[in-house]
Amino acid sequence: MRPSYNKLALSAIALLASSTAFAAGGGAVADEFKWMTFAVFGVIIAITMAITFWAARTTHTTSEFYAAGRSVSGIQNGWAIAGDYLSAASFLGIAGLISLYGYDGCMYSVGWLVAYITVLLVIAEPCRNIGKYTMGDILAFRNDPKKTKTVAALSTITVSTFYLTAQMVGGGVLIKTLIGIDYEISVIGVGVLMLVYVVFGGMKATTWVQITKAVLLVVASILLVALVWAPYGFSLPGYLQAVVSDPDVQGQVSKLLGDKAANMTPEELGQRFLEPGLFLKSPIDQISLGMALVLGTAGMPHILMRFFTVPTAQAARLSVIWAMGIIGGFYVLTLFLGTGAAMLVGPAKIASVDAGGNMAGPLLAQFLGGGENSMLGNLFLAFVAAVAFATIVAVVAGLVLAAASAMAHDIYVGVIRGEHATPQEQVTAARVSSVIVGIMAITVGILAKGQNVAHLVALAFAVAASSNLPAVFLTLYWKKCNTTGIILGMLVGAITAIGLVMISPNMTYPKAVISGAKKVLEGEAAQPAKLAQAAEGGFICELFAVSGCKKAEPAKPEQAAKLGAPEKLAKLQEKLPTLTDAKDLEKARKDIAGLEKSIKKAEEDLKKMEGQTTSMMGLEKPFFLLKNPGLISIPLGFLMVILGSLLTRDKRAEDMWDELYVRQNTGINAEAASAH
Amino acid sequence: MSKREMNWAAIDADPRFQALHRKKTTFLWGLMIFSVIYYFLLPIGAAYYQDLFKIKVWGVVNVGILFALSEFVVAWTIAYVYSKKANAEFDTMAQEIINDAHKMGA
Repeated sequence: MRPSYNKLALSAIALLASSTAFAAGGGAVADEFKWMTFAVFGVIIAITMAITFWAARTTHTTSEFYAAGRSVSGIQNGWAIAGDYLSAASFLGIAGLISLYGYDGCMYSVGWLVAYITVLLVIAEPCRNIGKYTMGDILAFRNDPKKTKTVAALSTITVSTFYLTAQMVGGGVLIKTLIGIDYEISVIGVGVLMLVYVVFGGMKATTWVQITKAVLLVVASILLVALVWAPYGFSLPGYLQAVVSDPDVQGQVSKLLGDKAANMTPEELGQRFLEPGLFLKSPIDQISLGMALVLGTAGMPHILMRFFTVPTAQAARLSVIWAMGIIGGFYVLTLFLGTGAAMLVGPAKIASVDAGGNMAGPLLAQFLGGGENSMLGNLFLAFVAAVAFATIVAVVAGLVLAAASAMAHDIYVGVIRGEHATPQEQVTAARVSSVIVGIMAITVGILAKGQNVAHLVALAFAVAASSNLPAVFLTLYWKKCNTTGIILGMLVGAITAIGLVMISPNMTYPKAVISGAKKVLEGEAAQPAKLAQAAEGGFICELFAVSGCKKAEPAKPEQAAKLGAPEKLAKLQEKLPTLTDAKDLEKARKDIAGLEKSIKKAEEDLKKMEGQTTSMMGLEKPFFLLKNPGLISIPLGFLMVILGSLLTRDKRAEDMWDELYVRQNTGINAEAASAH
Repeated sequence: MSKREMNWAAIDADPRFQALHRKKTTFLWGLMIFSVIYYFLLPIGAAYYQDLFKIKVWGVVNVGILFALSEFVVAWTIAYVYSKKANAEFDTMAQEIINDAHKMGA
């Protein structure tokens, strides 16, 4: 199948046209400046289309489609890994968390970098030496190829779909918040664009789109941080002193601490922003998430796949080193982006545009350029918005390629055709699979509109860590590991991770939603002070809501009765005509708008939950108490691989061990780069 | 490079390969265990040693911030140490084995 260049050009034009045609109202960018955003979007789309056009000319064989002919250099691959990995969640989300919660947000970012140590030390080089195109190839090396490829493909598609859904929904919301394009249009736009890259340009186009995005992201961040930090002569204590002295930051801490803030001086409040505990509550949940990150990244199919694109194991090593430099450096920059946004824009304003803080970076850019009504400010905002857009497209392209390769290479060629497919058929299968996965991603993205998908990213990492990593790790390093172990471990690991999340606090529990909404509408009665209560029942009670357990309760000060929002609203509206001071008037108007919003939301919640008492899983409240299942599902995944391997004998797995072990350490007979 | 049939068991049994295997295993496990422990000290410290994390050491910069930043430095250092060792030692040892691989067990 020769890609048709006319079609490619046509779809590019259609996309450009559609993105300007649907410039509906709303969004962070003012209408008069929207043309600028679209111009920057247009430039980025044009660049990536040119890359795809160029890459399509050398993408004919399977090795070219899945692995860019194994001709990507170590440094290029390092940038591409960073581009693949730094999703909008880390670009916008972590800066947002830091801007709202200070220290805890910064602590959250560390795990994403430490994850690459596992990739570097145990995964990258062996995978390059014995792998071909997919994770299934690694597992099939000394195990039953059909069985392991089936399970590997299922797991790959599951992990990629979770991650993909989170990206599509997050991307759609983001583009809507930034420039007001309809959610559905954004999802379709992102989906079609990504499909064009993948179908025509395969891994080569995907790689270069990711490199372009990573460079844009790093350049944008460095520029913003330079502008934020320069006034303080690039001194860390000087800069942070300014952050903690900022009244907006102090106000935010006071809001987060509630009654506890009553006896604190402004200096203490500001300093508290740099101390742990404003956002993350349960250390066990933290450790569980940390385990999922540190072990899950190395089991992410789209990350594993990147190591098949370089010519040698040495290049794979170099690419992780570069990726760690770029990713780590980027997270250090977000520390300044987040605190800078908190100080200059203010947490209250950031949260008013997006409750999760996702707009911290873009709003900071706008501020630094001169503010809401300035040309330069909006140009900065446009640039950051365009980088966010490129980010989503690049990450999504990598995920689609990973899922499509599992479908085409593992399932179709490996299992259905029993490895007997002509090169031509294989490439066609890869392209067709990409289209299927892409259409699926667009459909799921549209269906999941308005759903809370944040936990899907954590779930993808948890499944990768509990299912993929134990299997890949043990087949590479443990002689006795065999087919039964891998199948058992992967299935149990994945099912446990998914099952635990289904009964965890991540799901929607109608009773909690209803009581929350009622509190907003009807107010709360006065509460007497409560003494702190220690947990009873031991460690298991920290994890599960079993009978006989008593959760630890912190001490609560006495609380006065609170009015319901409608009552507050009525009082404010009564007061409004008596106000004369312009400042008071504006504040009252703002409060009224805020109250109207929360009433509307509470009413919508009540309507949505009407008549329901249990979650999807039939639970009234979460049974599993952690948000992340890693702490249980990861050890279980490892245990099951070991158990299954010890209980059965597999002659092929044992016979092939010497070959696998020698090859992964020396690179003898590794898949070679194709010459161009 | 065309795929060649090798006597894998003979290469595996070769003392040079065994030496490479031993060196790599100890070194990699050492680094891995150290980095995991160092990483989990951060959430544990932030949860249970807040008084320590709050101590100001450099203007408003406290122990917690320095510790979080040190996580980045330690991760980069581990990457540097590993690549140095692999480039200088493991690669050379592997290359010697590759050069003689076709002769082993023949």
